[in-house]
Amino acid sequence: MFLDKQLKEKIKKTNALACLECGKCTSVCPVSTVSRKYSPRVLLTRALRQNSDLLLQEYDLWSCLTCGKCEEFCPADIHYIELMQLLRTQAQNSGFDGKCSHSGALQSLQRIMTTGNLNQNRRAWITDDLEISDKGDYLYFVGCTPYFDIFFTDLQLNTLEAARSSIKILNRFGIAPIVLPNERCCGHDLYWNGDTENFKKLAQLNAEMINASEAKYILFSCAECLSSFKNLYQQQGFTIHAQLLHMSQFLNEKISSDELQLSESAEMLTYQDPCRLGRHLGIYDEPRHVLQHNNSSHYRELQPSRKQSLCCGVSGWMNCDINSKAIQTKRLEQAHETEAEVLTVACPKCQIHFTCTLQDKTLNTKYPIRIKDIATITLARMI
Amino acid sequence: MENFEPKIVTFACNWCSYPAADAAGVGRMQYSSNIRIIRVMCAGRINSSFVFKAFELGADGVLVTGCHIEDCHYLFGAKQTVHNYDKIEKLVLMLGIEPERIRYEQISAAEAPKFARVINEFVADVKKIGPSKLKTTPAKSSNS
Ligand code: SF4
Ligand code: SF4
Ligand code: FES
Repeated sequence: MFLDKQLKEKIKKTNALACLECGKCTSVCPVSTVSRKYSPRVLLTRALRQNSDLLLQEYDLWSCLTCGKCEEFCPADIHYIELMQLLRTQAQNSGFDGKCSHSGALQSLQRIMTTGNLNQNRRAWITDDLEISDKGDYLYFVGCTPYFDIFFTDLQLNTLEAARSSIKILNRFGIAPIVLPNERCCGHDLYWNGDTENFKKLAQLNAEMINASEAKYILFSCAECLSSFKNLYQQQGFTIHAQLLHMSQFLNEKISSDELQLSESAEMLTYQDPCRLGRHLGIYDEPRHVLQHNNSSHYRELQPSRKQSLCCGVSGWMNCDINSKAIQTKRLEQAHETEAEVLTVACPKCQIHFTCTLQDKTLNTKYPIRIKDIATITLARMI
Repeated sequence: MENFEPKIVTFACNWCSYPAADAAGVGRMQYSSNIRIIRVMCAGRINSSFVFKAFELGADGVLVTGCHIEDCHYLFGAKQTVHNYDKIEKLVLMLGIEPERIRYEQISAAEAPKFARVINEFVADVKKIGPSKLKTTPAKSSNS
């Protein structure tokens, strides 16, 4: 079977036919730098030329992190990650799939959430010291972290700490945000896994609930959730009538308006650009402003950074393998070189992936760096 | 709800609860035919993905069975089951799936009557609360 007509049309839109085969993508791709086999250039060329059944069964179809680094360098303006998404959708429709991490438990969890009349018990994390409300201008979208917190108990990471810190920060500004009782997974992972059908169901449910809440601002701690809402929901026709902000943007605004005073950080900080926040959404400055505010002597830039940044090594709970670990180890090494004590993250997935890598005792001794969310760090610095 | 015949996925370990199921059959003990047994070598292999997948594919209830802690043929397997099940239960309840729809029991190879009793009780409990509310479109591919 060759790629069907419809798919060919869509591939055209990614501009893939304009590929010069220059190989710049492969030279900057984090996976290619550690893998002996993976090459975006080769994969793209094969997608255009080869019998697609072979291609659709290819392990490396699922190795791309959709981190978008290649697109920053591509001289032909090719939308490579969209091409990956299209091919994965086609693969799924033909009955092929990648290797899901955690035996696909998280994908199942996400698909279960497409059920319309679900009655979740997902707000148990909201302890008595946190103030939320049913109405108001602000809504805090927590995403799947309540599930991650249980799922990853063995890593002893507290993914909900970021959420609790965020609510505490909002409370300090007199904001008691709405937290939806039946919020769904944003659909990010299913979309990038090529399960577009189930992604749309989740998007629809979230869009309906959020629009019904009449909130004016939706706040996120998760870079993936924000990128789904801002880019994917829009693209797929689910409009959200509210302003969408990452917590770092909210904090930055409060600094600009002189409403937020921060003390110097007790620890040396550095910052990991999440691919979703940086390359997908162009949010580079706000988190840096927050971390550097009144803190220039306790902040070190992690190299490479911004557009060139190295991502956390896995995306969409797919193909977590030796390449992922190599990327993560490399990034931790770079973080260690800054002599920072804390690697600041702005996405729960970065937190999970780096914490997982640090389970390796040798690595942990070699790179004794702690992973903390930006909201948690900022809350501790608030005056 | 009178005629509701629930679909129950039962995971059983090769060395204890599965032989117990066998013995129950050989001993002609009556137990409900609503269960589909999936045999695993050790119940320690069962993690949340097994249970979620069963629910995703339309199971009305999931029963996890294995050896008593000290009987596990892989030494630490049954302990792992207890650990995994604790997480599974929390996640399933967070999803809003009724507590009646999951259960974990340790059943030794010699406890055929217990196997039959647990099955009958579980099926009766699930019958009481009716069919699963989950409506999902499973992935088209088989291995996710
Ligand atoms: S999106 Fe990232 S991981 Fe995928 S090919 Fe491009 S650089 Fe490599
Ligand atoms: S960088 Fe762009 S033009 Fe060059 S090989 Fe990669 S996809 Fe093709
Ligand atoms: S062998 Fe039965 S639980 Fe391990």
